[in-house]
Amino acid sequence: MNFYGYKRPDGRVGVRNKVLILPASICASDTARVVARQVTGAVTFNNQLGCSQVGADQQFTMDVMAGYAANPNVYGTVVISLGCENCQMDLVVKAIRERTNKPLKQVIIQDAGGTLKAVEMAVRYAKEMVSEASLVQKEEFPMSELIIGTECGGSDPTSGLAANPLIGRLSDLIVAEGGTSILSETTEFIGAEHILARRAATPEIRDRIFEIVRRYEKALQLVGEEVREGNPSPGNMAGGLSCLEEKSLGCIHKGGHTPVNAVYDYAKQVQARQGLVIMDTPGNDPSSVAAMVAGGAQVIVFSTGRGTPTGNPLAPVIKITGNRITYANMSDNLDMDASPVIYGPQSLEELADELLKLVQEVANGRQTKAEALGYTEMAIARVCNFV
Amino acid sequence: MLNAMIVEPQDNVVVAIEPIAKGDTVTYTCNGEEKTLTAMEDITIYHKLAACDIPKGEPICKYGEHIGLAACDIKTGQHVHCHNLENHRENLEDKV
Repeated sequence: MNFYGYKRPDGRVGVRNKVLILPASICASDTARVVARQVTGAVTFNNQLGCSQVGADQQFTMDVMAGYAANPNVYGTVVISLGCENCQMDLVVKAIRERTNKPLKQVIIQDAGGTLKAVEMAVRYAKEMVSEASLVQKEEFPMSELIIGTECGGSDPTSGLAANPLIGRLSDLIVAEGGTSILSETTEFIGAEHILARRAATPEIRDRIFEIVRRYEKALQLVGEEVREGNPSPGNMAGGLSCLEEKSLGCIHKGGHTPVNAVYDYAKQVQARQGLVIMDTPGNDPSSVAAMVAGGAQVIVFSTGRGTPTGNPLAPVIKITGNRITYANMSDNLDMDASPVIYGPQSLEELADELLKLVQEVANGRQTKAEALGYTEMAIARVCNFV
Repeated sequence: MLNAMIVEPQDNVVVAIEPIAKGDTVTYTCNGEEKTLTAMEDITIYHKLAACDIPKGEPICKYGEHIGLAACDIKTGQHVHCHNLENHRENLEDKV
């Protein structure tokens, strides 16, 4: 199976062709927003971080920024920094250059002489880049070029019964095509990590699965908190999920049935053609999706029980639900009804073929509901207060 | 009419796939065999009910795995949710 995508100079293949206006810190985020609004074809996000962070948090932020610039859905990037933040321009540029050789421009607000001059410079760079990007022609590539990020959010019991098993079957099909599928959300491995560990390709990967779960639980306990305080959420519980174990056992179905071939830390670059891999992310959707997109995922497949409009600035997010009431209620936000997994008439296999076809169409350019409605929210994970 | 499902045959809870009222017959298939029980209370769609009596302290099983412990004696057909399920973190490294 093939799709039409954009070949990048670093060898990767994108399914969208955007110019990223990348704010290096919160102090550049409003400027980036003004620039992106001025240039058709440019996208940005609200970076709330980038300064006053402990080392571990700064690393998360740097990896998301570098990974976003390197994501193959991006033609090129204009980085905007204030000038005095911890995520210094030279550090951001170095982190991006370690991942990709794609077009890159820099604007430092304090050096440019304030807002108006920085905006003018950045708009000119972005305008030129969008013009170059428009000349790139789509070519045909095998599905093995795809990295699919899988996520569940606003879950209810139908997520574990229908939508996640369907995504799991899709994951198996993507792996069979030679591609990569990312299973994320470490908080939602808790109580189900032994099932994933049994599928680890090596003893080292098995140990890493237990390690990321233990590390997450301990990090919260160190600050006197407990993962179960906010997980499951009130909506999860109203839907019928009673506890974290029940949520987790449903969540991990997204990983399908193939061996786990790697465990990646948050937002690190994922290799293509690697089969099923795990990324250590929070259960919080926008920050987990952001990490997988930073890892190089071109398409996100997202299950929901309660319903959500969520999207992403760079990657199309395909949303499916196994809850027929939610599908009827929020069809403006949902791309596929997975409830036939429970009620029929189609089988899980038939629906998975349909979902794979949808992924192919979206890779070819078909708009998702989140894209059509302009949803680009995202977040970056953190472990600590500002310093 | 089927109005519930069991995920794995060894589970001791079933999931309502239709809204169920107190006194309704709950029907699901397990290993190809149709089974019934009587709902002892109203069950919201997609919530769980006990497929058998579950004594206090015994594991509650869904997906063939333990999701928690019975916080009190739970009777067949009763709603199983946060009010009668006690969180229990198991050491799962021993289960691999």
